Amino acid sequence: MQQTRSVEIGTGLFVLLGMSALFFLTTQTTGGEKFSAVETYEVEAHFENIGSLKSRAPVAMSGVTIGRVTSVSFDPLTLDAKVMLVIDSQYDQIPDDSDASILTSGLLGSQYIGLQAGGSETYLEDGSEIYFTQSAIVLENLIGKFLVNAGSGGD
Amino acid sequence: MDGTSENLIEIIDLKYSRGSRVIFEDLNLTIKRGEITALMGPSGTGKTTLLRLITRQLVPQQGAIYINGVDIATLTQQELYQLRQQFGMLFQNGALLTDLNVFENVAFPLREHTKLTNRLIRHVVLTKLHAVGLRGAADMMPAELSGGMARRVALARAMVMDPEILIYDEPFVGLDPISMGVIVRLVRRMNDALGITSIVVSHDVAEVSTVADRSYLISDGKVAASGSPDELKTANSEVVRQFMHGMADGPVAFHFEAPNYAEQLLGRDSE
Amino acid sequence: MRALIRDTYDTVHEFVRTFGAFQLFFLRLLRHSPRIVMRRPGLVVTQIYNSGALSLVIIMVCGFFVGGVLGLQGYSNLARFNAEDSVGAVVALALLKELGPVITALLFAGRAGTALSSEIGLMKATDQLSAMEMMAVNPVRRILVPRFLGGVVAMPFLVAIFTCIGLFGAHIVSVDLLGVDVGAFWQQMQASVDINDVREGVIKSFVFGVVVSLLAVWEGYNAIPTAEGVGRATTRTVVISAIAVLILDFMITAVML
Repeated sequence: MQQTRSVEIGTGLFVLLGMSALFFLTTQTTGGEKFSAVETYEVEAHFENIGSLKSRAPVAMSGVTIGRVTSVSFDPLTLDAKVMLVIDSQYDQIPDDSDASILTSGLLGSQYIGLQAGGSETYLEDGSEIYFTQSAIVLENLIGKFLVNAGSGGD
Repeated sequence: MDGTSENLIEIIDLKYSRGSRVIFEDLNLTIKRGEITALMGPSGTGKTTLLRLITRQLVPQQGAIYINGVDIATLTQQELYQLRQQFGMLFQNGALLTDLNVFENVAFPLREHTKLTNRLIRHVVLTKLHAVGLRGAADMMPAELSGGMARRVALARAMVMDPEILIYDEPFVGLDPISMGVIVRLVRRMNDALGITSIVVSHDVAEVSTVADRSYLISDGKVAASGSPDELKTANSEVVRQFMHGMADGPVAFHFEAPNYAEQLLGRDSE
Repeated sequence: MRALIRDTYDTVHEFVRTFGAFQLFFLRLLRHSPRIVMRRPGLVVTQIYNSGALSLVIIMVCGFFVGGVLGLQGYSNLARFNAEDSVGAVVALALLKELGPVITALLFAGRAGTALSSEIGLMKATDQLSAMEMMAVNPVRRILVPRFLGGVVAMPFLVAIFTCIGLFGAHIVSVDLLGVDVGAFWQQMQASVDINDVREGVIKSFVFGVVVSLLAVWEGYNAIPTAEGVGRATTRTVVISAIAVLILDFMITAVML
């Protein structure tokens, strides 16, 4: 069968188009994998209430993403939520008395973990645990507190 | 049997059925080297099936077919493909590949089976097209050709590998007198000029008679008569006479099986 | 009653037999594929063009509108929960995992699948396949394998293009027309989608490509060589492809979840 130039060019273009589409999809739609190629170390933290924190949620310090949550589970021994997170290995000087809170990005956005630096001279490393944690703010509790305050203060 | 015998193809006691229908039974036939042999018969006797049996596209239930002294049932796939390259076949409607132009259609076997350079292929293809008188149509597409022209291109294609045997499946069907004359002339000329053997399957008694050296009349799954065209014309058998002279009624009945005429008519009337 | 049982048995028997023949046909195509790719790649390239490049128009147009309607629907339904920002994520997940592969497969069956069936069926009806056999060319290798491979290669690319254009369409609708924040659109998407979702889509597109191409080639090759027969084969290609794709989609999704 004769191979006309236009058929060859057409097929080439088609394949190129398809491959760039595939490339676009794998890079632009996914987010979490940015850290899989990078060296990370794993850290544990316990929270009383994780709110709507999900795995692959970012871990940020001063607003900059330095890691992500890998798993969220219930710890039957401590009867609270156990969150495993990985931090990019290049950030290896985070004091081990740092504070981990569950924050909300924007007003109704998804939740993430924010780290506040402590003052300790020893740093977090693979297997460490973050002891100072702040649970997610649950709206009902907040309203409850507000009402109690309003009730007791506004006589 | 030696390979240079005068019988190129021998069919012995062939039995072939499709499902419950028996198509051939005790069929015996020889095709002599260098001759044009015609296979004739009423419609539906399975002439095309016979061609397929010869090229082993179909396998008979019983009996043997010898080509050049070799029983084709014993051939391996490889050998079978080699054998098929010795055949050139002209199909009823040409069977040109519709997405290739005339040149490429004729070149097709060369491109598939040989490693000839483009220059050589061009040479061979144009020569064959010239032999059938269509060298000027090399760039046309099959859809643009008339029936007669398509058939001539198919003939060029059938010849392009210089086969030993040329098979024509109903080559005269649906052609105007001029085209028919052309094909008839080509069949005879090719056979004699190239020293090949030809098999023509047809039911066109008049045309075939002008061209064939030997004819077989196949009816009811057997050979009803054989001989030169003149011998057949003067044969005594009823079957042969009906076919050769085109008589409307005879062993092949005019009326298809039907219930009694009077009963059918009157029965309906009285309802 | 006996007749009913007999008929059911015959139908099941016939179905199983056809299915078995179908599998053997598939293996036959696979067996010839490597040599065709190595010795006659030009044939495959032409078929990739026929099945892929020529399907681009329908794929891109439909992709755009599917993405657009997903953007619309996504926005209006998410707005009930004040979660319009997530429309990017919702559309991306729907397209990548389900709608991309499935709708592309159905469109492919309709456009490229029918073209294949009718082409091959017509070749059968006009004795071209027989002629090839007579010329000692194996029509399975020369005609069927390249068309099958062309479809298999073209499908995943078509799915990727469909999905991309779909995202683009959703973007235009939700960001440009409905006012969703462009940053949130992509952020939410990237936070919710991961490489496994893309992988699921790719696997599906590959499987669907194989199934639809195989069905198209099979139906054409086994068509009854009359005008009616070819028409019927073409219809069967679309119908059986649609059913097969949807059933397989369910099975693959269940396995991968």
